[in-house]
Amino acid sequence: MIEPRAHAVKGGTPTLRIRDLSIEFSRRRGDDLRVVDRVSLDIWPNEIVGVIGESGSGKTLTSLSAMRLLPKRARIVQGTMYLDGTSLHDRTERQMRELRGDRIALIPQDAMQSLNPTLRIGRQVGEPLELHSGLSVAAAREAARKLLQSVHIRQPEQRVQEFPHEFSGGMQQRAMIAMGLALNPQLIIADEPTTALDVTVQAQVLRLLREIRDDKGTSILFITHDLGVVAELCDWVYVMRYGRIVEEGPMRRIFTEPRHDYTRMLLDATPSIRDVRKVQV
Amino acid sequence: MSRDKIVLDGLSKVFQQRRFFRASDGLVAVSDVSLSVPSGQTLGIVGESGSGKSTLLRMILGLIRPTSGTILIDGQDVARMPRHDEKDFRRKVQPIFQNPASSFNPRQTIGAILRAPLEVHGIGDRHSRRDRVVALLEQVGLPADYAKRHPHQLSGGQKQRVAIARAVILKPSIVLADEPTSALDVSVQAQILDLFRRTREEMGLTSIFVSHNLAVIRQVSDTVAVMRLGRVVEAGRVDDIFSNPQNEYTRALIDAVPDHAAVINRPERIATT
Repeated sequence: MIEPRAHAVKGGTPTLRIRDLSIEFSRRRGDDLRVVDRVSLDIWPNEIVGVIGESGSGKTLTSLSAMRLLPKRARIVQGTMYLDGTSLHDRTERQMRELRGDRIALIPQDAMQSLNPTLRIGRQVGEPLELHSGLSVAAAREAARKLLQSVHIRQPEQRVQEFPHEFSGGMQQRAMIAMGLALNPQLIIADEPTTALDVTVQAQVLRLLREIRDDKGTSILFITHDLGVVAELCDWVYVMRYGRIVEEGPMRRIFTEPRHDYTRMLLDATPSIRDVRKVQV
Repeated sequence: MSRDKIVLDGLSKVFQQRRFFRASDGLVAVSDVSLSVPSGQTLGIVGESGSGKSTLLRMILGLIRPTSGTILIDGQDVARMPRHDEKDFRRKVQPIFQNPASSFNPRQTIGAILRAPLEVHGIGDRHSRRDRVVALLEQVGLPADYAKRHPHQLSGGQKQRVAIARAVILKPSIVLADEPTSALDVSVQAQILDLFRRTREEMGLTSIFVSHNLAVIRQVSDTVAVMRLGRVVEAGRVDDIFSNPQNEYTRALIDAVPDHAAVINRPERIATT
């Protein structure tokens, strides 16, 4: 039923494997609310996987659970998660902290809110290296300069001295990506990283993510509500609705022959710039 | 008199920035924009952040005063409008904003929000106003008992339906919309665009629709103006601009839009090893 996966390695292990994950929110009144319901997904090395869904579909919670960064009132009620074949389930908070940044990096939607306004960019981008690799401040600063260069920020030697507010939105997002790349993670979780950006800047960020995958073989989990971005970037797609995966498949097939009604509805509802056909309600 | 309902001629807006002990050059938000909208048509204004598209719309709404240039609506100069005509102007020209949650009073009911324009303009009595509110709710696809609800009890799409109802309750001839679907999920966006188109046709509205989303602009507009750094770089019929852009920036903008429909026609990319 599900197609063979181009990036799946024979006899190998996926970078991230989630099986039967359910997440519930405790509520002051009434029963617990199930927001993620028996979700299973795989991300293989060298693969860009898209998780697409509208608001409330559970796409962000599913991805945050892999880093165990769920909000306080949410808890995992069942399911297993494996990072590169080893279970994430019985890790202590201390062990998780070592994994974050080192093996898994998160690129959030709003870079401005995630950057510390009082610290210079160089300090922040180099911080993972100070904390995880024990680099000196000066060595981390030099590494930060190289990282900024790798995400195509011009004049990085001056830029490391600047504060976040001196960066444009696209540059802030690229600085976040640079920070995520610092420790060469196996998996990048990107949660709507281009939603707040102008289309021309978005195109640059998408190109950069593809470049990272091509150069380093990094696995990328890309969360979005934008079908166009998925079409541009992803190899494999999961479609989520009301906490469930309703369909998965290779990107091309999802767009050319959607199997689930909801996927079809999403495709029909999304206007295209090349297509004058009116959107379906 | 020309048939054009809205005519903008050489419109500019310079914001003075205050700096200590320094003369400021001012920020040119809109620069020398000339556009016109024929009666019953929709002009789409598209541009990236900072292109001046919202400033332009706010000038036409009379919310900010242009630095230079003129705005003619039905041949009348908006800036030189006598005070007693202002109320008529407000009745004729109505806005729809991006975030209806912040343009509604959270303590009022939907009914009170919709009734307010009728009361301000002294239209009808209590009974006829109530009937009109119910009729409008129905027109935008909401049940009549929603009049008793408060804004926070409505979803984003429902709030935007109320915003459309409020915009048209005075039977305006012009509706100016600023990113009305940007905060909505695509399935809801499709419904709101459909409602916008239907309302426009039923009421014979002339409209300007501002958006950063090129695909949405293509859906709703007859003509389109592409803005960049305060200037209109290209304007024309929507199909011409999208299928055969002449300006380099327009081309770059269209190329940058990731498009799901393109997948179907694109040759398969060879998987990287």
